[in-house]
Amino acid sequence: MSAPTPSTARTGWILSIPALILLALGASGPLLIVVVYAFLEPGEYSGVVWNFTTEAWFRVFFERDIFDDTVSMADAHLTIFWRSVKLSVLTTLITFAIGFPTAWFIATRPAGQRALWLFLITIPFWTNLLIRTFAIMEVIRNQGLLNTALIGLGVIGEPIQILYTDTAVLIGMAYVYLPLMVLPLYAAIDRFDFRLVEAGYDLYATRWRVLRRVILPIVKPGIVAGSILVFVPSLGAYVTPRILGGGKNMMIGNFIELQFGQGRNWPLGAALSLILLAIVLVALLAYVRVTSSDRQDG
Amino acid sequence: MARGFSVTSLPGFAAIAITSFVLLYAPILTMVIYSFNASESVALWGGFSLRWYTAAWENTQVQEATIRSLVIAVSAALISTTVATMAALGTTRRGRFKGQTLIYVMINQPLMVPEIVTAVALLIFFAAIKVATGYTGLAYLVLAHSAFCVPFAYLPIRARLEGMDLALETAAADLYATPWQTFRRVTLPLMGPGIAAGAMLAFVISLDDVIITEFVKSAGQDTLPTYMLGQLRRAVTPEVNAISTALLALTVILLTAFFLLTRRRD
Amino acid sequence: MKRLCTTTLAAMALAGAAHAEGELNIYNCGNYTNPDLIKKFEETYDIKVTITDYDSNTTALAKVEAGGHGFDIVVPSHSYIPIYVEKGLLMKPGIPEMENYGNISDQWRNVDWDPNREYSVPWQWGTTGVAVNTSVYSGDINTSAIWLEPPAELVGKVNVVPEMQDVMNLALFYVGGEPCTTDREVLKKARDVLVAAKPNWMSMDYGMTEKLSNSDVMASVNWNGSTFRARINNPDVAYGYPKEGYPVWMDSAAILSDAQNVDNAKLFLNFIMDPENAALISAFARYANGIDGSEAFMPEDMKTAPEIVVPEELKAAGKFTGACPAEAQEFYTAIWTELQK
Repeated sequence: MSAPTPSTARTGWILSIPALILLALGASGPLLIVVVYAFLEPGEYSGVVWNFTTEAWFRVFFERDIFDDTVSMADAHLTIFWRSVKLSVLTTLITFAIGFPTAWFIATRPAGQRALWLFLITIPFWTNLLIRTFAIMEVIRNQGLLNTALIGLGVIGEPIQILYTDTAVLIGMAYVYLPLMVLPLYAAIDRFDFRLVEAGYDLYATRWRVLRRVILPIVKPGIVAGSILVFVPSLGAYVTPRILGGGKNMMIGNFIELQFGQGRNWPLGAALSLILLAIVLVALLAYVRVTSSDRQDG
Repeated sequence: MARGFSVTSLPGFAAIAITSFVLLYAPILTMVIYSFNASESVALWGGFSLRWYTAAWENTQVQEATIRSLVIAVSAALISTTVATMAALGTTRRGRFKGQTLIYVMINQPLMVPEIVTAVALLIFFAAIKVATGYTGLAYLVLAHSAFCVPFAYLPIRARLEGMDLALETAAADLYATPWQTFRRVTLPLMGPGIAAGAMLAFVISLDDVIITEFVKSAGQDTLPTYMLGQLRRAVTPEVNAISTALLALTVILLTAFFLLTRRRD
Repeated sequence: MKRLCTTTLAAMALAGAAHAEGELNIYNCGNYTNPDLIKKFEETYDIKVTITDYDSNTTALAKVEAGGHGFDIVVPSHSYIPIYVEKGLLMKPGIPEMENYGNISDQWRNVDWDPNREYSVPWQWGTTGVAVNTSVYSGDINTSAIWLEPPAELVGKVNVVPEMQDVMNLALFYVGGEPCTTDREVLKKARDVLVAAKPNWMSMDYGMTEKLSNSDVMASVNWNGSTFRARINNPDVAYGYPKEGYPVWMDSAAILSDAQNVDNAKLFLNFIMDPENAALISAFARYANGIDGSEAFMPEDMKTAPEIVVPEELKAAGKFTGACPAEAQEFYTAIWTELQK
């Protein structure tokens, strides 16, 4: 392609302007306002008072006891952050453990069958998040499928309380984000040259060794992509922990929402949003770093 | 090599894969089956019945929420696809020009920023506008939906554009067609499947949105997902089962169409 | 393409203008409004009504104060009405001049949180106590220990509704204090007992009517009417009046000062002061209302239900908690925010 002429660049810009305006109004612009709000004082029940303060950022990490004014680490906040990170990491690991064999399976089907399997994995992917969370909730409720089956089989006498626990949120997220892990893994395994595996076996390597030394390193970009695609949405999850967590096992997303309701602290909500955004951007940067260095190694 | 040794099989992988498909579909299928359950229980089968579908169909709140969802989804799909088509034309097949990265970042922003953060940002932004202008109509929702649908419309169109063979357009130019004629008669029709795929993706994404709509909506502006969210936080009636199954059916139909549209490789 | 655009615009306009005759947007507690009442109102006056749910008074106040909400009528609890008034969020729609004003019971007419009913009309009143599924726990349920120091059978199965005033008041009663106290010692004890109890709770969610009916929740801080409805579905559910002290409250309907359908809102306020309509409200949510003459139209089982008829020995423990002075309110909200984390 020849070097772009100035008119090419200009046309390129002109054609992109409507998209840029739409996104500035509906996405980027409002984000800037969040940054501003993170430095203001909270209003009594909602909104902000236009005084500059860094109190919101202070409140993210520390808290003042109401009665004796002592300053201490806001361990309630840390608990929520830790729970979010912990559940997101666990979700990523679980979806990888289940997703890798699944992606492998689909990628190694004969070409005629493959489209069908792909279609089957895509349907849950595009099904409404709410519907999937609801479906899982129906299964793990006290009177749901799982408990009824276990009682019917005589394994337990009383329903196990799964709903409204951290476990429920974990099960829910793993269920909801599994397709997001499978698809990039499939794409990577699909491009994989199986002759390398054959070579490995020819050299008398065991299956396990072949997996570890040949397959995994080459599909690494797919693994990283899938992990990011699961970790990032899990971290910012709102609907799944809301429905399955019962309002008590909050993740960052729920905690942010609380600040705009009963928490009555918009600036704190804004500050927490920015921190979540920062964590996500760091993860994305790591992804870019890893994949571009891989590409350089060829 | 020993007979029957397959290079592509790894021990246990097939079993795990099949199990995972079963686990993925079991809750969904349970939900679908029990939407036809005559009794209210979610675990005991009481016979086949369409009563929940009738109940949902006659529920005025469900009707309004559905219409509103469809109106917003169609509007958002139209706007975002138009805008994304123009942006795709502006950023592909041109060689890198200055500032292109900025355009990419802005267009793909909804994919990178967690939805809760965007929802919070829009809540703050629109609250100020609502108070200042007193207008509390659907425009805010349409704007918000159009914005986050753009990257979903953009990607298939761009993919299609990049895969297109320039030879046809060069041929048109050779035949003395003006750039506008070339665009209208050659480029646009060739982009057709990509644009259709992008529009459908945008439609599905808008239809499914929960968080942003929940934060931005004003009085009486429930969409189907926010109505369901409200119901799920409280009652778990089989009516929600029926609505979910109906939505699922719609998604499957659209997905099949999408697959057929993009399978064709000219 | 052009035709598609115009068609879409037409559809949007249609969706927006479908209720051109008249609209009314009500903001009320979830599952608290009788659909039959709304239908009757819609048919009588040809007005389209939308109802939006809030889960707690604090959330409602936050949303209303933020502005741009689009609501005309809000139904807050009595302790919040003075806050709304002070912030200028409510209007005076001339209730004493309304046709049905005389139907308000004497005891509810001139209340100290809304003298002479200038701002609000009675909706329903009731008590807050504990609901317990007696198939799991058969001990004494007339105590706040159910949720503040749960017995072994209920640990990890208790829910606490996220309604600040009620929970704070119950906790203060439990530690021997009075509502709206500014005694730091007592407040500190209440805070400590709440924070210590939280790990034993399963959730802090609303919608207990359905969740108790479905046995998703085995015990909860809950309101009497909601428990009544749960018991109708699930006979194992029983309502307890905490002997340490329990709050009595009243919810009232008021018109917001930035309402856009003021005339329709006034019609509605007058409508619910009619005894038959007040009875409709009670029949659905199973609470008592404040309108004379409505007893004739209410369901039979409300006359003898334990949730409505307070046992003699527990009557004294019920206190009508007024609105707290600002300083006490600040402590409440600070403790509540800490608990929320």
